Amino acid sequence: MKRYDLIVVGAGPSGLSAAIEAAKRGLKVVVFDENEKPGGQLFKQIHKFFGSKEHKARIRGFVIGEELLAEADKAGVDVELNATVVGMYQDKEIVVRKGEEVFHYKGNAIIIATGAAENMVTFDGWTLPGVIGAGAAQTMMNLHGVKPGNRILMLGSGNVGLVVSFQLKQCGCDVVALVDAAPRIGGYGVHAAKVARTGVPFYLSHTIVKAEGTDYVTGVTIAEVDSHFRFIPGTEKHFDVDTICLAVGLSPMSQLLKMAGCEMEDNPKRGGQVPIVDEYGETSIKGIFVAGDVSGIEEASSAMIEGRIAGIAAAKYLGYIEETELKEDVEKNEAALEGLRQGMFAPKNRGKLIKKTEEGIDISMNLLKHGFVADDEIERFPGVTHRVGVHPVMECTQNIPCNPCQDACPKHCIKIGEHITSLPAVDEAVDCIGCGMCVASCSGQAIFLVDETYEPGFAAVTIPYEFLPLPEPGEKGYGLGRDGQKICEAEVISVKSTKAFDHTNLLTIKVPADYAMKARFYLAQ
Amino acid sequence: MENIYDRTIDLGEYKPEPDDDRIICRCEEVTKGEIRRAVHDGMYTITEIRRYLRSGMGLCQGQTCAKLVKGIVARELGVSPAVLTPATSRAPMRPLEMKIFAKEGEEDE
Repeated sequence: MKRYDLIVVGAGPSGLSAAIEAAKRGLKVVVFDENEKPGGQLFKQIHKFFGSKEHKARIRGFVIGEELLAEADKAGVDVELNATVVGMYQDKEIVVRKGEEVFHYKGNAIIIATGAAENMVTFDGWTLPGVIGAGAAQTMMNLHGVKPGNRILMLGSGNVGLVVSFQLKQCGCDVVALVDAAPRIGGYGVHAAKVARTGVPFYLSHTIVKAEGTDYVTGVTIAEVDSHFRFIPGTEKHFDVDTICLAVGLSPMSQLLKMAGCEMEDNPKRGGQVPIVDEYGETSIKGIFVAGDVSGIEEASSAMIEGRIAGIAAAKYLGYIEETELKEDVEKNEAALEGLRQGMFAPKNRGKLIKKTEEGIDISMNLLKHGFVADDEIERFPGVTHRVGVHPVMECTQNIPCNPCQDACPKHCIKIGEHITSLPAVDEAVDCIGCGMCVASCSGQAIFLVDETYEPGFAAVTIPYEFLPLPEPGEKGYGLGRDGQKICEAEVISVKSTKAFDHTNLLTIKVPADYAMKARFYLAQ
Repeated sequence: MENIYDRTIDLGEYKPEPDDDRIICRCEEVTKGEIRRAVHDGMYTITEIRRYLRSGMGLCQGQTCAKLVKGIVARELGVSPAVLTPATSRAPMRPLEMKIFAKEGEEDE
């Protein structure tokens, strides 16, 4: 039986991060993953991440995955793929299936980073082909280049539902509706807004009555629900769809821990069955650690930091580092983790209705109910200002831990300040040179450049644009409002794509002056 | 936790519901009605339900239905799903042919 200092189960963001930190400190580390490619969910994430520099903000998820793999390689981590861990037993022994055989290994320490699995909800017809998880849709599109469907209904308005809906649109699918039984959108407002402005209608307080079809999905009926989640008769709405995507949460895949005898708890706030752990992610069995979604559903950025902490703690457990080094190294990571767990969407605020921002501004209720900030609400946010000439308009209206826009501006005209969750504000004393770096840096695609006096009677609006084919200058089409409705005619002035924008194209359109603060998307004729 | 194992609690009469024929465990094709009826037959724990109906014992090993079954049983018993102990986790955690499970590979130390 082969023995390692550290065995990591799962080569996703947390597992790789843990392996890197442990290997850097001299441990002999192996990572097992049942998939044929490493990286877990990271390689499906084609959007730019939130956070600050230390969290790799504004870098796309799959690029973070590539960086992690390179770092793991450099640290001497051994990653074994197509290697399924099928059991974990006492004395830290695991059984791994590889090919047509099983192999036994012992770890002096073990880190479980198995992640999570998608939840399902049931309704009439939920077992029909065409009802799929949102994560499955993402795998099809972003890993395998397969279009999941043509007309799609998304159930779930958390970040997964919102992000995947946008990616489905990018993939060329028609997303006919975004539905959630909850009365308010669960994910980031900026994610909702970028979906809404493409014309996807949101149906909150609605859920699926039934999927229609005999051999596969041909349609879906939704209906409104009351405060007890009971259908309200007469509110049914039908859509012709070929695919229904479910984004209704994740459950930790913690079975290995339970099998090994770790103390577990059922914690709905963490997504289900999770191990009871200390500040380093160590379970009730000394030397068995956890990191990432398996110990509570969060997201990739925090999973990577948890992984680093667990890797450092495993090194201390095996005597590779001293207590002082543990404290020092973990402290830095904990500060980074704390930074991510701030703001309106912090774990402690889950499920709460927050009515005012940290600055005391009323939150847009239209955003929470319909996915976009209404025209008469937008002016009250500090990123939205008026001036002569080109200037940024930041439609960032919720306190989330994210600040790349502040560093993006070469003139430093965007201020977030000490507190990473503060809403960005414009420094009126500094001139905007219209470079567009802020527009491309915003992971939420919430920054626009507006020139209200571009030409007599016309304004220019620059929008982040991540769709193909790219419009051509001179092309005519429509300006869409924040709600995705056609509101005016628009002419494409320019399309800028530079390496620094990292695939976020800057599309500048000319619209009638009255629509300078209303037109936020472009639709070709 | 204790009162779930109190077999004397009165669950009332089993009342059919319109969606009783909805499949919950896809792998073993177990319906909601079968799960509800099993509770009325005296199966108060997830382990008992599993042995009685084979729910969660198919290809996906309950990855899809574990939460759904738990919710149905909890509702029938009138308790919170959190108080129900999930089914025992045991190897193999992933579907595996017996011929592979029984074949020990050898690697150089």
